[in-house]
Amino acid sequence: MTTTTLAVLVPLLPFLAAVAGLLLGRTAPGFVRPLAVVPTLAALALAATVAADQGGGTAIDSATELTPTGSIPIELSLHIDGFAALVAVLVGVVATCVQIYSTGYLRDDPRYPSYAALVSLFTSAMFLVVYSGDLIVLLVGWEVMGICSYFLVGHYWETPEARAASIKAFLVTKLGDVPFLIGLFALATDAGSFEITRVLGTVASGGLDHPTLIALLLLAGVAGKSAQFPLHTWLPDAMAGPTPVSALIHAATMVAAGVYFVARLLPVFQASSAAMVVLALMAAITMVGSGLAALAQDDIKRVLAYSTIGQLGYMTGALAVGDRGAAVFHLLSHGAFKALLFLAAGVIIHAAGTNSLAAMSRMSGLRDRVPDAYWTMTVALLALAAIPPFSGFFSKESVLGAAEHTATGHTEHVPGGAGWIVLVSGLLTALLTAAYATRLWLLAFRGRGAEAPDHGRQPLSMTVVLWALAVPSLGFGGLAYRSLPDWFDGHDLTPTLTTSVLGTGVALVGGILTYGAWRHTTALAAGIPLGAVAAHPEADGGLVEEEAIASHEPAYGDVAYAPDPADPGRLLLGPLHRHAAVGFHLDAVYTVLFVRPVQAGASLVRFLDREVVDTYVRGAAALPRLFGAAVRRAQTGNVQTYVSALLAGTVVLAVAVVLVATGA
Amino acid sequence: MHLAYPAVLSALLFSTGLYGVLARRNAILVLMSVELMLNAVNLNLVAFDVWLSKAARETLHSGQALTLFTIAIAAAEIGIGLAIVLAVYRNRGTSDIDKLRDTAEGHESDGPGDATAAEKAEATA
Repeated sequence: MTTTTLAVLVPLLPFLAAVAGLLLGRTAPGFVRPLAVVPTLAALALAATVAADQGGGTAIDSATELTPTGSIPIELSLHIDGFAALVAVLVGVVATCVQIYSTGYLRDDPRYPSYAALVSLFTSAMFLVVYSGDLIVLLVGWEVMGICSYFLVGHYWETPEARAASIKAFLVTKLGDVPFLIGLFALATDAGSFEITRVLGTVASGGLDHPTLIALLLLAGVAGKSAQFPLHTWLPDAMAGPTPVSALIHAATMVAAGVYFVARLLPVFQASSAAMVVLALMAAITMVGSGLAALAQDDIKRVLAYSTIGQLGYMTGALAVGDRGAAVFHLLSHGAFKALLFLAAGVIIHAAGTNSLAAMSRMSGLRDRVPDAYWTMTVALLALAAIPPFSGFFSKESVLGAAEHTATGHTEHVPGGAGWIVLVSGLLTALLTAAYATRLWLLAFRGRGAEAPDHGRQPLSMTVVLWALAVPSLGFGGLAYRSLPDWFDGHDLTPTLTTSVLGTGVALVGGILTYGAWRHTTALAAGIPLGAVAAHPEADGGLVEEEAIASHEPAYGDVAYAPDPADPGRLLLGPLHRHAAVGFHLDAVYTVLFVRPVQAGASLVRFLDREVVDTYVRGAAALPRLFGAAVRRAQTGNVQTYVSALLAGTVVLAVAVVLVATGA
Repeated sequence: MHLAYPAVLSALLFSTGLYGVLARRNAILVLMSVELMLNAVNLNLVAFDVWLSKAARETLHSGQALTLFTIAIAAAEIGIGLAIVLAVYRNRGTSDIDKLRDTAEGHESDGPGDATAAEKAEATA
C-alpha cells in the first residue's frame, strides 16, 4: 500500500468503528470493547507508518475532486508534512490510551457503547483535521469534533452541571466558528482556492487583499476551539464530562486543533502584523489569567483545565512570535503529559471518592492507595512545571527562546513588541504553573488526617496506560529537540541559556513559594474538617466521578471553590483568590453582556406576540362572534317559530317580486 | 264555473292550514293542517289545469298528473309523520310541539356548551 492509502485509512478506521459501534452497541455488546480499541490502535500504527514514510521530508500531497461545486473547487485532499505526521501520531497515542483507559474507567456504564463510538468518531474527526489539505474538509472535521464534544461532555446528563457544560461548550465554540467560516470564505475568495498549498502560495506572492480581516476572523474560531481568552470559559466547565473525555478532548485533540490550524496557515497570520499582536495579547492574557485561576480551583480537574488553557496560551504565544516549530513541539509534549495528568486525576478521583483538593488534603496515605497514579502524576507535574530534564522543559524553553529571539528583533514579519509580550507573560506563567503544580501535588498526595479509603487496586487497563504515557512525558522533549527541526521549519529548538536559567529559576521560585505557603497553612487543615465523598466508592470510576461532581456544589457551595483556609493558594493569591476561583467573573460579565440581553429580547418578543399580535387576532374574531351570538338566540327549538320566520320571509320576497314586476 | 271560486276556496283552505301549522299545539293537528295546505295546492293545480286546457288545442293535463303525485306523496308523508308522532308520544308521553325543543341552542346542552364557552374565555384572556 502506498503512503497515501495508509493515510486515507487513518481517519477512516475510527470512523468505521464509530458507525459499527453505534449500530452494534445494543445487539452485540461483546464487540463493543474490541471495536473501540482495535481500530484506534490500528489507526495509531498506520499514522506511525505514515510518519515514518514521510520522515520530515517533502510534504505528501494528494487530491481528488468528487464533484464540481461551483466557483471554488472543494477537493478531498491530503497534505501531510512533518507537522501533520507528528500531530497525527500524538492524536493516535492519546486516543488509544483513552480508549483502553475507558474500558476500565466506564466498565459498568450502561452508555459505554455510544460513548466509545463517539470517542472513535471524535478521533476520526481530529485525524481528518490533521491530514486534510482542503480547508472545507478540515472544517468538516472541525465541526464534527464540536458536536462530539457536546455529546461527550454531556455524558453524565443526569447531573445539571454536565447538561449546562455541554450546551455551554457547544455554544461558545460555535460563537467562534461563525466568524471562522466567514474567514475561510474570505480567504478562499482572495486566494481562489480552498487548497492549503495554493493558499500558502498566494500568501507568499502577496496576493492576499485583506490579510488583517481574514486573520482576525480566523482567530475567533481558533480562540473558541483552543479555549483562548475571551472564549475560554467553556473549558473549565467541560470538566463535568468523564475524565477520559477530558484527557482526549481538552488536552490533546480538540483544543490542539486551533493551534494546529494556525500553525498550518501561519503565513496568512504573518501577513498582518496587527493579527500577530492580537494573537500575542490573547496568549498573554490567557496564560497569566489561567495561571492565577488554576491556583484557586478546588476541583482537581478544573486545576488541570485551567492549566490546559495556560499551556495552549504558550502555544499561541509561540505562534505569535512566528515559530510554529516551537508551538507544535509544545503541543506534542503537552499532549502527552496533560493526557497523563487527566487520566491520573481520574484514578485519584476514583480512589479518593472526591474531586475536591480540600477533601484530599484531609486524607493521609492517598499516594499509597494509588502508587501508579502517584508516580506518573509526579512525572507529569514536573513536566508541566518545566523542570529539566522532563519533556515540558524543552518545549517550553523553545517557546520562550523563540519569544526572546523575536523580542531582540531577530525575527522577520513579527513585531518585536509581540516578542516582549509573550516573553514576559511566559516567564510569569512559568512561575504560576510551577506554583499550581506544586499546590496540586502537595494537596493531593501530602494530605494529613483520616486514612484514605481502600477500594482495592485500580484496574490494570487504567494503570498500564499511565505508565505508557509517563515515558514520553519523561523523555520525549530531551530526545526529540535535536531531530524535530528536520520535521518542522528547521528553526533550532535547543534551549538557550538565558531563557533556560530564567524559566527554570522562576519555576523553582514558584514551587518553593507554594511549599512555604503550604507548610504555613497545612497546620490549619486539621482544625477545619471538610469533605464529602461519593456514595458508591466501590463502583467504577465513571460513577464515582459523576457523584463527586454532583456533590461538590451542595457540599462547598460552588463547583469551583471550597472555603478551605488551609489552601496554600489562598495565602499566595491573597485578595485575588476570591476572584480567581470564579475565573475573574468572566462568566458574570458574559451573563450581563449576552445572556441577560438575549433573555430580555426573548421576553420582549413574547410580549409582542402575546399582547400585540394576538390582540389583532382576537379583535378580528369579535364581530363574527357577536353575529354568532345573535343568530344563536333565534334557535329556540320551536318548529312553529321557524315556520313563522319562513312565512315572513316568503311574504317579504313575494311583495318584493310584485313590486319589482309592477315597476313600483 | 269561473276560476275565482276554486281559487278563493283553495286560498281559504291554505290559510286555514297555515294557521293550523303555526298555531296548533298538538302534533297530529299540525300534520292535519299540513294536509289541508297540500289539498289547497291540489285544488289549485286541478282548477288551473282545466282553465288552461280550455285555451289549448292539445294538452297533457300535467296539472292533474302532478296532483296524483302530490296525493301519493302526501299519503306516504302522513304515514311517516304519524309514525314519528306515535314514537315521540310513546317516548315522552306527550305530542305537544311546544315541549319538543331538543334542538334549541343552549337548552339541554347547557353543560358542555358552557364549558366550551368558559374555555374560549380563558384562551382569549
